[in-house]
Order: sequence, then structure tokens, then C-alpha cells
Amino acid sequence: MNIPTKLHVWAVLVLAAAAGAAHAASKLNVVTSTQDLAALAREIGADKVNVDSIAMGYQDPHFVEPKPSFLLKLQKADLLAVVGLQLEIGWLPPLQTQSRNAKIQVGGAGYMDISQFCQVLEIPTGQVTRAMGDVHPLGNPHYWLDPDNGRRIAKAFADKFGQLDTADAAFFAQRYVDFDQRLTAAVKGWEAKMAPYRGRKVITYHRSWPNFCERFGLVVVDYVEPRPGIPPTPSHTLEVINTMKREGIKLILVEPYFDLRTPNSIARGAGGEVAQLMPSVGGVKEITTYFQLFDYDINLLVNLFQKVK
Amino acid sequence: MFMLAPALLGLFAHQLPAQDTTELLNRMKAMEERIRALEAEVQALKAPPAAAAAPATAPSAPQPPAPVAPAPQEQAPVALGGAGGAAAKVLNPDISAIGDFIGAAGYGANRRIPSLEMHESELGFQEVIDPYARADFFISFGEQGVTLEEGFLTFTALPAALQVKVGKMRAAFGRVNTLHNHVLPWTDRPLVTQNLVGGEDGIDDAGLSLSRILPAPKGIFLEGVAQIFRGDSENVFAAARRNDVSTVEHLHAYGDLSESTNLDIGGSYARGHSPFGNGTNQLYGADLTLHWKPLRRAIYHSFVGRSELIWARTTTTPPVSTASLAIPKQTITPFGFYVSGDYQFGRRWFFGGRFDRSERGCGLATNPATTTLCTLPPAQTLLQDIGGSLILTYWPSEFSQIRGQLRRTHYGEGLTANELIFQFMFSMGAHGAHPF
Repeated sequence: MNIPTKLHVWAVLVLAAAAGAAHAASKLNVVTSTQDLAALAREIGADKVNVDSIAMGYQDPHFVEPKPSFLLKLQKADLLAVVGLQLEIGWLPPLQTQSRNAKIQVGGAGYMDISQFCQVLEIPTGQVTRAMGDVHPLGNPHYWLDPDNGRRIAKAFADKFGQLDTADAAFFAQRYVDFDQRLTAAVKGWEAKMAPYRGRKVITYHRSWPNFCERFGLVVVDYVEPRPGIPPTPSHTLEVINTMKREGIKLILVEPYFDLRTPNSIARGAGGEVAQLMPSVGGVKEITTYFQLFDYDINLLVNLFQKVK
Repeated sequence: MFMLAPALLGLFAHQLPAQDTTELLNRMKAMEERIRALEAEVQALKAPPAAAAAPATAPSAPQPPAPVAPAPQEQAPVALGGAGGAAAKVLNPDISAIGDFIGAAGYGANRRIPSLEMHESELGFQEVIDPYARADFFISFGEQGVTLEEGFLTFTALPAALQVKVGKMRAAFGRVNTLHNHVLPWTDRPLVTQNLVGGEDGIDDAGLSLSRILPAPKGIFLEGVAQIFRGDSENVFAAARRNDVSTVEHLHAYGDLSESTNLDIGGSYARGHSPFGNGTNQLYGADLTLHWKPLRRAIYHSFVGRSELIWARTTTTPPVSTASLAIPKQTITPFGFYVSGDYQFGRRWFFGGRFDRSERGCGLATNPATTTLCTLPPAQTLLQDIGGSLILTYWPSEFSQIRGQLRRTHYGEGLTANELIFQFMFSMGAHGAHPF
């Protein structure tokens, strides 16, 4: 055996020797791609699961850096829950591959594509090309912003947790029943608050709100982005101002990770207001649960609708 | 119902005349027959289609009425047929194509870059092979020919957090060597890379790679990589015999300094047979990468600072013009480094700079070629190249970019190149994201 081969064998032995005993954990380790899924997982798992998430609620979930520190979370995960519909296509696949965790690979027992359980809107029909912008060919991935989908996600978590931890399956099922009841009551309150504003027309920055708007009766007329993922252009900005004036639109909904200069400019030009709505749990400090997400957004909208009449 | 009929009959029998009673009894019997017939029809309708379609052979004896089955709750519509023919395509790999067009103007000294060239067209095929592995293939089409840039199998389901790759791959030596052209923040590669680590092709060879995440203090990501290759990488290693394998070891530590800032520090070692003489070529590397990206404005602002320092210890043979039996071989120890920074100042705009400094043995081949003939023994004449670049990049979208680079290089032979290089890059298809 020559010197290079000896070196290689030495390196292999060092790496293999470092392979410690398997991590023993009594609780399920759940990692979610977003804080919204994490909040729903906590509703069901309570203190019987450890829940961690990757993308922060105030960060654009399309563009997350696949940092090695995330691998430390994924390496120990029993379950990886993702939004799917290619929302995480730009950053999650290399993390999965490098995680050395067979359970969370696509098709593994610990991999959950949550979109499979939800009502998905804006599924393109006909030809799809990138001339349409950064379009999601499988449908709009911002589906968690409909409470009915929140309920479906919670049910999916209850079932999955029960499969992975059969001893606590009844606990998870009961947690779902409790969540379902609380959500039903909360939805009645949210719908009552939004009822006077059903049919109101709005502009949104990105196509983040189809499920939310459909659920609460808002009509999205146009977008600040000329096409999904394409930054605003002066000509399109002018078109949006004219549309708002023509149709009497007073509100522009903007996600927290977009620059406010263009929306503010449009609002000034059209005599409207900009609402920095939170698309995700964790968007601001006070939103730590799925319920608080809707409380925050709906209260903000109601206040602004009252202001702009 | 059949129990109720005699009871009703008994109730009314003593109140009606005998003729009326008989008539009533006959009518009741007729009603019973009709009810039985109707129940039989209902059962036939509820039966599965196959049963319903069975030939209606008359029973030889009267059948007892079938028990009434409970009504089904709600029957889901029956899905007929399999998936359409297009469904077979879902098992095709993700396919992507990336184009890299480069143009150059100005004086390039000995570095011969064409004024315009389709520098590279990369085809990628990526797919999960089975529950245990995935495969990635990247085929590079240049104007001179086709090469398999990478083609490897990654085992994703190994125990003890190990990961094994088998195939042809870019070696884990430092940072730049692992990067494909289209993810570089420049139009070229640093001088130290082209002088000491094989340039654009780099250490890219057939072999095996074993890596593992190693135990480390909380929050620190520590990864060790050990690789063994055949030992053929142009201008870096050459394998004349099977024993001339090359090895690469890489250890890197990553930590989050804050939510927005992180630091990656690595150390590398590579060893193989020298392509310049009968002996070894050893490379030592240290790399450092600093990332800053504020999460709330991640799509508008970011900064990446990079540096790599590389030392080589290369066995060389004296040039033919000076070769003599008295000088069988010599060893040279060139050193080089680069420092670069790239700042994103808008959603589509990036500005960066790079400083290069690298030694090389006089007359030893580089990639791309920048050397002239050398008449002195390389060990006595380590030449030093120094360069600097300013780079401006514009992204029309995520899938295309336009870049300009002003590059000034002073070569060790005394020549100074001043060039403007511009690049158009575009991608189509589902090219998978690259590791961090």
C-alpha cells in the first residue's frame, strides 16, 4: 500500500470512528420548511414533539440560503414537512441530500409534502413557460392562508404523528379535535369581521394571497409585480395606478420582505394605502401561532378598510 | 311487515262479514307478493354490476326474501383506467441546460481568449435512483469538444450519518474547485486556481468520496471529506500506473455569527503523482467564506467575502534545454491566494472585486495557458502573477445574468494584460440548487 492509499484509509478510519451511537430521542423530531407548518405541528404535537423550522416568517420562502446549520436540524429529524408545489425547490433539495437522513428523503417515511392534503389554487392550465415569470407549474403554494387548509394540515399532522408514534396516536387525535373546534370558532369571528368588506378589490405585490382573498371575499385585481418574481417596472407601476383610480381600489397588500418604495409610490399616486400583511407565522414578533396570524392580518385589514372607506 | 298483516287481519276479522274477510285476505296476500317483488328489484339494483349482469336464470324454487342490507353511507366515484401515457414521463430525470457565452476585448498578453465564444453549454440530468441513492450528471459542451464534468451517484441512506459518492466529480479541495462555471461570481477563475489547481477543469476525476458530519460544539457544523481518485487531473495530477491514485481531504467548519451573518472556514490537502516530473504533487489549502444576508431584505442585499490560500509542493523535471544527468528532479513550492468581495446592492444588481496573486514554476503548464517557454530550471525561477478585477453583474431574472469584468493582470514574464470580459449566462429547465 503506497502513501496516498494509506492516507485515504486513515481518513476513512477517522470518519468512521467519529460515528457515534444513534441519537436516542423520546420525542418525535419534526422539522418544517416554514414557520406556518411548524405552528400547526405544535398545535397537534404539543409537548410530545420537538418542532423546528427552517425559513423565518419574515423571509421570502422562495429564497432561503441552504446553510449547513440547517443540516444539523435535518440530520436528526424524524419528519420533514414541506409546503411543496416547488416553493422550496431553490434551497431544500441539496439540504435533504446532504442531511445523511434516509427518513426525510422524498418518498421516505418521514417526508411529508403538505400540499397533497390541501386545496390548491391557481394551478396553471395550458402551456407554462418562464415567460410567465417565476410561475409555480403545480399551483400556488401559499395555500396555508385559508383556515380550511390549516384544518386539513392539522389533520394530516395528527394522522402522521399517530403513525410515527402510535403510543400517542389518541393524544394527537384529541389535539386535532380540540384544534378543529377552536379554529371553527375563530373562523366565525374572522368572517364576521370581514363580512362588511366582502367583494372589496385590492392590489397585492406578489401572488401570495389567493387562498386568503378567496376565503374572506376579497378580489385581487392586479399585482405590483408585472409577473411573478419579476420586479416592478415603471410602465407596469403606472398601469397599476391607473387601474386603482379607475376601479376605486384603495388597498395594496405587501409582504414584509418586499421593498415598500414602489407600493408607497403607487399608493400616493392612486390615493390608497399600503397594508404590510403577514403571510406567515413569525412575520412579526407577536405572531407566534396560526390563530394569531389571522388575528393580526384581519385586524389590520379591518382598520385600513375603515380608514379608506 | 309480514307479521303486521296477520295481526291487522285478526283485529278486523271479527268485525267484518265472512266474504269481506276472504276478500281482504286475498288482497293482503297480493300486497305481500308485490312487496316481495319490489324488494327483489331493490336488491338487484344494489348488487354490484357484475352480479346484476349475471344471466337471470329462474330459480327452481321460490327464494326466501334477501335480508335488507344497510344503505351505504356515500359511495366514492369509481376511478376507471390507469394514469395517462404522459404519466410515464414523471420518472424522467430533471433536465436542465445552461449556456455561458463570453466575449473579450483588450490586450490579453499570453492568455488567448477568443473575442467571442460559446464558452460552455452544460447539460444536467438529476434524479433519485432508488430509495437509497440519487444521481447527478453534468455534461459540458465546449467549442472544442464534450466532457463529462461530473457524473456521480450519491448514497443518501447510509448509517452513521455517512455519505458516499461514486463517479466522476469535482474534488472537495477548497471552494472554487467545487463550483461549476455558472455559479462563479466572476467570468473566470482566480490566478491561483489556474496556476496551481488545474484552472477551469480543476481537480475533477473519477473516484470515491466519503463524508460525514462530525461532532462539534453546539451550533457549529463540522464536516470531514475523504476522497480517492484515479489520479488524472490535467496540470495537477497524472497517473501512469494504477498505484498513482490521488487523494483529497477536506475539513470545514461553519457557524452562524448572527441571523444574517455566517462564516465558513476550511482546510484541504491533496496529493497525487506530479504531471511535471517523477514524484508527487502536494497541495495545501485554506479557505474562508463570509456571508451576510439580512433575512428581511434577503432578495435585495447581500455580501459574500471569499479567500483561498494554496501552497503547492510539486516535483518537476528540468526543461529539456537544461536537462542533464546531474539534475534528476527538483521540487518547487509555489504559493498563491485570492481575496474577493461581492455586494448585492439591488434586487438585480451585484458589484464585486477580486485581488489575485500567485506564483508558478517557470514554463509549467497552466489552464488556461498563460506561460511562455522557459529556459531555466523551474525551481530557480518561480514567476509571480498579480491581478485584479472589478465585476458588475445584472440579473434580468433568476434564470439569466449579464456580467462585465475589467481585469488587469501582470504576468511573471513581464507582460501586463488589460481586458474587458463580458458574459451572458442563461438557464432552462429544472436545474437543481447547488449546495451552500
